[in-house]
Amino acid sequence: MQFYLPIAEVSVNAFLLLGIGGIVGFLSGMFGVGGGFLITPLLFFIGIPSGVAVATGANQVVASSISGVLAQFRRKAVDVPMGLVLLAGGLAGSGLGIWVFARLTALGQVDLAVQLSYVVFLGVVGLTMLLESLRAVRRANRPGGATVRRAHIHTWAHRLPGKVKFRVSGLYISVIPPIAIGAFVGFLSAVMGVGGGFIMVPAMIYLLGMPTKVVIGTSLFQIIFTTAFTTVMHAVTSHSVDLMLAVLLILGGVIGAQIGARIGLKMRADHLRVLLALLVLAVCARVGADLVLRPDELYSLSRP
Amino acid sequence: MLVRLALLALLALAAPAPAQDTAPERIVAGLSQSRVAITADFAGSKIMIYGAIAREAPAPDTGPMAVLVTVEGPGQKIVVRRKERHFGIWLNTANEVVQDVPSFYAAASTQTFGETLNLTDDLRHGITLNHLFSAEPGGENVAHVAAILRIRKNADHFRQVDYGVMLSEDTLFRADVDLPADLIEGDYLVRIFLTRDGTVVDSFERSIHVRKAGLERFFYRMAQDQPLRYGFLSLIVAVVAGWGASALFARLRW
Repeated sequence: MQFYLPIAEVSVNAFLLLGIGGIVGFLSGMFGVGGGFLITPLLFFIGIPSGVAVATGANQVVASSISGVLAQFRRKAVDVPMGLVLLAGGLAGSGLGIWVFARLTALGQVDLAVQLSYVVFLGVVGLTMLLESLRAVRRANRPGGATVRRAHIHTWAHRLPGKVKFRVSGLYISVIPPIAIGAFVGFLSAVMGVGGGFIMVPAMIYLLGMPTKVVIGTSLFQIIFTTAFTTVMHAVTSHSVDLMLAVLLILGGVIGAQIGARIGLKMRADHLRVLLALLVLAVCARVGADLVLRPDELYSLSRP
Repeated sequence: MLVRLALLALLALAAPAPAQDTAPERIVAGLSQSRVAITADFAGSKIMIYGAIAREAPAPDTGPMAVLVTVEGPGQKIVVRRKERHFGIWLNTANEVVQDVPSFYAAASTQTFGETLNLTDDLRHGITLNHLFSAEPGGENVAHVAAILRIRKNADHFRQVDYGVMLSEDTLFRADVDLPADLIEGDYLVRIFLTRDGTVVDSFERSIHVRKAGLERFFYRMAQDQPLRYGFLSLIVAVVAGWGASALFARLRW
């Protein structure tokens, strides 16, 4: 069934969009990432103009994150104060990112910047996560060698001023590192059109030392607000949010997210991280190949 | 543009002036529809362009006659970018802005375009794809214009069909043009040319109004006119859908 999208001004198959939404929602529910880093390249791939793909992707991430965070709230796996601290940094970073995005658009190099940041960040995060999680899997599989987790990992973060107690996470740390992480992720989310969960989840585990149990819910909580901010900003500045496209993606996405969250619960956390790492690396390789391989058509057309 | 004008002048000198004193032949034509509404399930539209050649005297014998039909979508400003390899990666380098590129163009003729149209009149009216829009003289622009033609032809947004117009009894003609599903809004210009021995003797113009309708129109206008409200509406849809699915699945408890 073909469907004409009013803002993208292309006609696409409705079931294809439902399917893309469903797959991305499934993964986002399972891994606790918003799924923006998947949905934006997939939309490019089926011929949605890049501006519309980025803006509408952000809107879809709002819906799938809400669907996911409510499931996490029921399990009491959301650290709201930590989420708010991350959000404060996130909004500041996002504002800066939107300014940089506008400068790059004026220079005509925004596609390159987006692709390069995809390759660099997905590559680094994917590799780090893969190596770490494989080590964890090996440790767990060794007879008698169950994962030993220290209650407190003291890092440089503990020496900074402005310490706050985060009860749900069981942390007593300075607010400066979470604000910095939030700002960095907010900046990337505006430039790359993603929620930033794939960077925030590892940052919360490895830099802040938060327990894996609350990381997914807390990152989803923060992502809702950053992507909501991004959606409205795009709607106002570039009129590029396609509500019809969003509705179809969301319909598939929210259902996928619920199924994904339940399957994610039944799987071991370290196995889940290996899978997420492989997925991140696959997207990185796909985007990287476009940069390196000779394109079939050297010219491209776009509207100014 | 300069090149085109110079060529025109040159050809006008060389070619014999069209015979104006022959018995007039006029095109009388109609369209199967003059409005196209883009609704959510819009999947393209077929426009039938039909008509007849009206004559007050018997057909003149000033050479073989032909009918050419063109349909042209609204013009757009297009940025053409060329990729080049630098530091091992392919990046956009040479940018060129080309004004007034039709979003859609279809041309059809009763025989081949070479047989039915001479270069002078092709340049004057801009009928075949090669003379639809022109490159500035010199520089990279020529390659960029060629790229636009190539990309648009591959996407089936530019077409040129020999033998695409049916002509019977040298009087009645008909052409069917399929408009693609990814149309943009605007007025689509339909032109019909009658040629004798390659020279245009009469032409006829009509336009088709392509407009978004229903929900498509509502969302499009709101996104343009009330972007802030539209942005919040998008958010509300996302929140309701996300919360609704979560509540539904919680109730299902599986």
